[in-house]
Amino acid sequence: MNDMSSNQTIADGKKRYSAGVLKYAQMGYWEPDYTPKDTDVIALFRITPQDGVDAVEAAAAVAGESSTATWTVVWTDRLTACDKYRAKAYRVDPVPNSSGEYFAYIAYDLDLFEGGSIANLTASIIGNVFGFKPLKALRLEDMRLPVAYVKTFQGPATGIVVERERLNVYGRPLLGATVKPKLGLSGRNYGRVVYEALKGGLDFTKDDENINSQPFMHWRDRFLYCMEAVNRASAATGEVKGTYLNVTAGTMEQMYERANFAKELGSVIVMIDLVIGYTAIQSMAKWARDNDMILHLHRAGHSTYTRQRSHGVSFRVIAKWMRLAGVDHLHAGTVVGKLEGDPATTKGYYDIFREERNPMALENGIFFDQDWASLNKMMPVASGGIHAGQMHQLLTYLGEDVVLQFGGGTIGHPHGIQAGATANRVALEAMVFARNAGRDIWNEGEDILRDAAKTCTPLKQALDVWKDVSFNYASTDAPDFAPTPEVSM
Amino acid sequence: MKLRQGQFSFLPDLSDDDIRVQAQYAIDNGWAVSVEYSDDPHPRNTYWEMWGHPMFDNPDAAAVVFEVNECRKEHGGKYIRVIAFDASPGWESIRMSFIVNRPATEPGFRLVRQEGEGRVVRYTIESYATREPEGQRYA
Repeated sequence: MNDMSSNQTIADGKKRYSAGVLKYAQMGYWEPDYTPKDTDVIALFRITPQDGVDAVEAAAAVAGESSTATWTVVWTDRLTACDKYRAKAYRVDPVPNSSGEYFAYIAYDLDLFEGGSIANLTASIIGNVFGFKPLKALRLEDMRLPVAYVKTFQGPATGIVVERERLNVYGRPLLGATVKPKLGLSGRNYGRVVYEALKGGLDFTKDDENINSQPFMHWRDRFLYCMEAVNRASAATGEVKGTYLNVTAGTMEQMYERANFAKELGSVIVMIDLVIGYTAIQSMAKWARDNDMILHLHRAGHSTYTRQRSHGVSFRVIAKWMRLAGVDHLHAGTVVGKLEGDPATTKGYYDIFREERNPMALENGIFFDQDWASLNKMMPVASGGIHAGQMHQLLTYLGEDVVLQFGGGTIGHPHGIQAGATANRVALEAMVFARNAGRDIWNEGEDILRDAAKTCTPLKQALDVWKDVSFNYASTDAPDFAPTPEVSM
Repeated sequence: MKLRQGQFSFLPDLSDDDIRVQAQYAIDNGWAVSVEYSDDPHPRNTYWEMWGHPMFDNPDAAAVVFEVNECRKEHGGKYIRVIAFDASPGWESIRMSFIVNRPATEPGFRLVRQEGEGRVVRYTIESYATREPEGQRYA
């Protein structure tokens, strides 16, 4: 029997492959001297080993179970170039201020993955390993995707630049609203909300994630009434308008049918939900590229696995997968609204969406340099409990390339949906104007809004109604590293 | 009807000083500012007439205001917009666009519906002004 206290790889082939059980570290899944290759996929896991399980062995086990290993030694390994196919845990660090948790860095050879397939990537990286008994909890925090692998994906069908060119909207965030109530409106009533909001000044309206084809409103009816509304609003304002027609359905055939109908009607954008799965998302991204359609993704369901710090998959990883998969829009948090998101973590997400290259930024939860190899940029969507009175904060935190979605903040306006939309648009334009003019919008934001409201009654009404609304709760998912001069350089 | 294209069309009309301040923001970002005019406000009329080339090496927004006013002398009855081009990698497109001049009256757009099968409607948006030939609109 081998010495089970050692984490050393057993070099002697006869000992290594004799039938029985070895520690994963001894099988070769722990290589502290390993330097990852430029072409390796790297995953960073937060591991919480069961009591008494050594952190290095736990990391090696994660490497093993997410690549070639099984629980016992198999002689058939020797028929393969198994050193290459074994994932290698090469670094284990204790998580600052979190006893019992460790960051494990694991490198995977590129040949472990099929190009252009999120399903294949995730089947390895988050496959069996998350239910592995020696771990109390496991979270995939970040990934480094090598350029060679990034280039096997289409990337966003349209991208921020071309989306703006198609919409003829530059220099300011886009504005949207989700139609409310999310369930129960008939097609005719639904289109009314779309028309009012678009005419009032929004660029987009949006189906909610669970609006598909229900008894109260079947999909064709919704599409027809919505496109009447879109075109009426376009004629009323002289702007290109859009409404995210949700084509999510039970089968790919139905989704294609709905998407094709949206195209036939002249929609500029269609929408899908994250719950349709990675392969369906990639198929729709390809369809969108082939059909000049902007593709909006609603991240329905993500909080079931992204929100808890100790277990699941960080949203920054989901964001990276979705940029590869090829969606154009993805919800990414508001910082100030009703849904989870602290400023530093959210900045990390936005950078993943919008930058050509992400340098390591531990203070934003980004553990690796990531080069996006000219893949298009994704437009982040901020929605959930935001209103016109927060415009200076939204512009400061989220920048210019973002869709700001005010659902309640448009439809709940005391003087109607058009007034709500106008209030948001005026607040936005006034804030962008002031920022460009060199004003300190963070500190003078409220004055800027009050001044703009002097010539815009709907904005004044919006500011009066929502002036005290804010959502100040502690975040459940903040970065582990505070900014220090060394880190933020 | 007020044409709502551009990033500041919901604000009161911009003064020359407002135009200067916004153009200077573009210049300070390294973007080339350009003046364009049109008498076809259709939302998908991408190519307005260029009032000269983008001002690639101009450091002073006063020159932009000067060109806007020169353009107004000849095309004051039309739409004039200021746009800013960003040539940096990954963008190579427009970063700002705002209207600085409008016709005295804006008649708006007619929505033409062509009814098809299965309740499908084909929509066409047509500016009332563009029924007249180019150059004779907004007279």
